[in-house]
Amino acid sequence: MRVSCWRSLPTCGLQSTLFQLRDLKAVGKKFVHVMYPKKSSALLRDWDLWGPLVLCVSLALMLQGGSADSKEDGGPQFAEVFVIIWFGAVVITLNSKLLGGTISFFQSLCVLGYCVLPLTVAMLVCRLVLLAGSGTVSFIIRLIVVIAMFAWSTLASTAFLADSQPPHRKALVVYPIFLFYFVISWMILTFTPQ
Amino acid sequence: ETLGCASEFDDAATLLAANPDATTISIDEPTEAHKKQHSRRQEPGREEDDELLGTDDSDKTELLAGQKKSAPFWTFEYYQTFFDVDTYQVLDRIKGSVFPVPGRNFVRLYVRSNPDLYGPFWICATLVFAIAVSGNLSNFFIHLGRPTYHYVPEFRKVSIAATTIYAYAWLVPLALWGFLMWRNSKVMNIVSYSFLEIVCVYGYSLFVYIPTAILWIIPQKVVRWVLMIFSLCLSGSVLVMTFWPAVRDDNRRIALATMGTIVLLHALLSVGCLAYFFDAPEVDFPAPIIPAHNGTTLITKVK
Repeated sequence: MRVSCWRSLPTCGLQSTLFQLRDLKAVGKKFVHVMYPKKSSALLRDWDLWGPLVLCVSLALMLQGGSADSKEDGGPQFAEVFVIIWFGAVVITLNSKLLGGTISFFQSLCVLGYCVLPLTVAMLVCRLVLLAGSGTVSFIIRLIVVIAMFAWSTLASTAFLADSQPPHRKALVVYPIFLFYFVISWMILTFTPQ
Repeated sequence: ETLGCASEFDDAATLLAANPDATTISIDEPTEAHKKQHSRRQEPGREEDDELLGTDDSDKTELLAGQKKSAPFWTFEYYQTFFDVDTYQVLDRIKGSVFPVPGRNFVRLYVRSNPDLYGPFWICATLVFAIAVSGNLSNFFIHLGRPTYHYVPEFRKVSIAATTIYAYAWLVPLALWGFLMWRNSKVMNIVSYSFLEIVCVYGYSLFVYIPTAILWIIPQKVVRWVLMIFSLCLSGSVLVMTFWPAVRDDNRRIALATMGTIVLLHALLSVGCLAYFFDAPEVDFPAPIIPAHNGTTLITKVK
């Protein structure tokens, strides 16, 4: 993982290209920052895309094994989840930049990807609850958990991205983020096991 | 009928039109001709063949258009000019599409030479998910009591909804724009719109379908049809009031046929969405047999 590599090209080759413990710590630190969002520059300045990749893959994996034998009516396929998350993040980033935002492309992708963490936690909780049963009570628990995590994701990403947005357009930038996490939450909530 | 200030420009254009040599009423920027054949950076929902803007009839809009669109098309700034709207402007345009005032032209009143792509793109995105989610929810509630029913998320329908709605929001304006350009070359029209303005009108006119789609969850046929007709009237009237001034100087039959086609396509979209994404409500269950107290059996129909 070469976060600083492109910024200091002469020393690039001298640094190890292995995924080191310090990289893992950096990812972990960002996870903590997402769960307790406050204005921190760690997510923005030292962006990386490993965390979002891990979250995206685990979410897509957990959304597999859903109901319906026929592919027509079932839940999203692995590739669909992947595409929705990454394509959605890219579109939102482009939207924010087109509206005049000052954040860099990869920083915004990093924030949006990391803020999927609460929803991944929600998916995990939902799968555990579904193991116990799939009646009305389980649905209500899942509903509450998903709504809470959706609010958490949206608020976390808004907190990180707010400063870089032009003043009279904040709502225009926040709404697509809301829609993005809403779609992911919907996929999580409607997951039904076979 | 156009606004007061716009009608002044209409009169000026009419005077110009009296001169048989004045075949065009617009002033193109020289650089605009270069943009004709190039396609923009591709994103679904943002395909464009042509950025030609120059057929507006008002001098004021020409000046503004010239200033705004002067960046070359391969720079990022060029595309930023299509997102040059503030929150209150977007909300105003949405309000104008939901409460159309008779006689007020949406383009002249709200868009005013600043067509944006933010509204059309995100309204279409919201509509796609509103239809898919509401359809799924409504099917869930309709089939809830059945013992053999097993809930499925029907995720495939999202891609179908997205293709349909984005195709409608971009291809129909393209066809309409091409048609209006063709008529413009044959008949002197006072009012004409750029491609982006047409996309803008169509995009914002779809907004009223979002609450309609959500209300379609209610599993009553009459309610759904009333909602559909109501939303069709609202958004259709925005379209009709926008495009009537652009065709009224033409042959009567062609003008009416154009209006009819616009409304028909709009109606087809909403009928198609209702039919495909929302199952029919009020399906009869097979009748249980209830023994009456005197020994004869009664068969009742249960909804």
